[in-house]
Amino acid sequence: MDAVIAEIRAFVFENFLFDADDEKLKNDDSFLEQGIIDSTGVLELVDWIEETYGFTVEDEELVPENLDSVNKLAIYIGKKKG
Amino acid sequence: MCGIAGFFNIRGDNGSIETQELLMRMIAPLKHRGPDGYGFYVGQRAGLAHARLSIIDLEGGWQPIANEDESLWIVFNGEIFNYPELRSELLKKGHRFSTESDTEVILHLYEDKGKDCLHYLNGQFALAIYDCRNHELFVARDRMGIRPFFYIEHHGVFYFASEIKSLFNGVRNFSPQFNYHAITDIFTFWSPVAGDTTFGSVKQLPPGYCMSIGRDGVHDREQYWDIPFSQDRSIMEDQESCFERLHELLVDAVKIRLRADVPVGAYLSGGLDSSTITSIIRNYTNNPLKTFSVAFLDEVYDERNEQRTVASYLKTDHHMVDCSYGNIADIFPDVLWHTETPILRTAPAPLYILSNLVNENNYKVVLTGEGADEIFGGYDIFKEAKIRAFIYRLGNSKLRPLLLKRLYPYLALSPTQSAEYARKFFDTDLDPFGLFYAHQPRWKTTSKTHVFLQKDVLEHTGTAEDRLWGYISPMADMDGFTKAQYLESKLLLGNYLLSSQGDRMGMAHSVEGRYPFLDHRVVEFAGTIPVNLKMKVLNEKYALKKAFADILPGEIVNRKKQPYMAPDILSFFGDKEPEYIGHYLSDQMVKEAGVFKPEPVKRLMKKCRKKGRQGFMENMAFVGILSTQIIYDKFIRNFHIDTSEQFENVRVRAENSS
Repeated sequence: MDAVIAEIRAFVFENFLFDADDEKLKNDDSFLEQGIIDSTGVLELVDWIEETYGFTVEDEELVPENLDSVNKLAIYIGKKKG
Repeated sequence: MCGIAGFFNIRGDNGSIETQELLMRMIAPLKHRGPDGYGFYVGQRAGLAHARLSIIDLEGGWQPIANEDESLWIVFNGEIFNYPELRSELLKKGHRFSTESDTEVILHLYEDKGKDCLHYLNGQFALAIYDCRNHELFVARDRMGIRPFFYIEHHGVFYFASEIKSLFNGVRNFSPQFNYHAITDIFTFWSPVAGDTTFGSVKQLPPGYCMSIGRDGVHDREQYWDIPFSQDRSIMEDQESCFERLHELLVDAVKIRLRADVPVGAYLSGGLDSSTITSIIRNYTNNPLKTFSVAFLDEVYDERNEQRTVASYLKTDHHMVDCSYGNIADIFPDVLWHTETPILRTAPAPLYILSNLVNENNYKVVLTGEGADEIFGGYDIFKEAKIRAFIYRLGNSKLRPLLLKRLYPYLALSPTQSAEYARKFFDTDLDPFGLFYAHQPRWKTTSKTHVFLQKDVLEHTGTAEDRLWGYISPMADMDGFTKAQYLESKLLLGNYLLSSQGDRMGMAHSVEGRYPFLDHRVVEFAGTIPVNLKMKVLNEKYALKKAFADILPGEIVNRKKQPYMAPDILSFFGDKEPEYIGHYLSDQMVKEAGVFKPEPVKRLMKKCRKKGRQGFMENMAFVGILSTQIIYDKFIRNFHIDTSEQFENVRVRAENSS
């Protein structure tokens, strides 16, 4: 799980948080509320998940419960892989 | 069209100024605006310079021009389309003309009416009139901001010019600096606001303004006209006469814009607006019709099929030029030499290529469709605001996601399956009655680019209410739709589209654009059209479509709006990365320019080079950062003008001691 969290954090920092220090992102921060990801950003995120973890994100799974924070993403990815 | 420049000595007589040399330094950088010849006038307290692109009265219309007793001298950039009618009236009143030009008409009208003459002019203009007897300079700019007018007051002298490069080349002992308010405004609102420019101390006269400069400095600065959008009259009894009147006005606006002593062509983008203009030319005149368009090799942006459809329907002699990623990258630094301001999209670049095509075909004038989206409610931003407001009122209804899917038909995908996401992304929770409701999502997304700005630049960021305060009181009584139109007309059209995409890109290749939709009678009439005839449910520019359905192909009338866009990041990283990227975006240059933080810029570059999917913000950030760096290099760090201009073709050299 920790490895996945690290991977997610790296992805978010490299692609959305250009001005980075680690403190800027807590694992429970809502991407929506913080304005970290915009509408095209969600698509980038989905692309990355599918390429990195090798599964398809179904339409009905495209919801904030699954995607909207580092922790939520890690749990969702864990479920799909396992 | 032309370039103008000049100065007025507030302090006193010109004594210590080397006037002729100063004027030559100011006008030399404007050769692209006026390749046909120069003219100079030197008076006791002022000097005027002109670079001409000959369009009306090719033999005689050289400037500066004087009135009968040489008490008034004018330089003018623009066209007055109703000049024949004005000229007749003036002749009847006893005025004597020495040319056949439209320029001279302004001068004699000014003799009679002073600054009220502006109300009689139907056209596009930036002008300066020096009154030798009163020692005053009167300057004015057209209603919508089609022609530019920049000025600076420095050490007791007022300098003005069509482009900022003239001021930098002319004014001695002046070190240009960035205006950080303008930089943060550009990275929020897409353009500087009101009379600001990218550079400190350099101002522009806003559209619809005039002012005088005399012994006591600048005075009587006045807004002689504003866009007359007002409270929505939501009921219009007789729709048919509305469409007829619109038809009549626009046809006349086109006809008078065909007045020239050189051939006049038209741009054909494939969309409704330019198709309408071109169609009017074909159906209401016997003019030979050459049309021009730019096509993209990237299919996502390309509209060549629609362009060909209209060209063949109207049987025009159509010319098209292709634009690749590499083409945009190649010309981008030159484009910025002309825009003189950072830009957040590459959209001006293909228009630079397009005006070159026009020039290669030996045409000097084109009619184009700018303005229709603003005055008739064509933009998606207006539609989105309407949908967002409707969704707000729906609360948690299941209709929300379905409606949201209609929002972006021209983009590949958007994650609107989830109502939750959609609500956040499209800001459907904001109060629809807020002052800037329609624009807030755009500004919110754009402001994300602030992450790249240095702290001392960011300190100059203002709220929308602060920075746009000058627009607030005219907007007070307007309904939401009209507010959005007004703001878009002032900010986007006035301070970006007409300048960076319009005048600068045309003039770069000595091409004059003419805008029938911006005929002030058309704009004024559009102000009276009820909102529900501008956007009928979600059908944009409804009144325009109804007024001209009979002369347009159905597929163009019914076509989904495709906003004009060009590839942004892809232009620089799609095929080949241009070498200059390493130069302009090096750590050293970024630090030296002092606007951006080097580390985030590096991260952005890394992301761009990965060639994955890029977001709205990154595209704007990259183009904005690169263009700011290029502007820094060309205008602040390393400004120089090619001094090879020999001034061989000087057609007017006038001087008098008053």
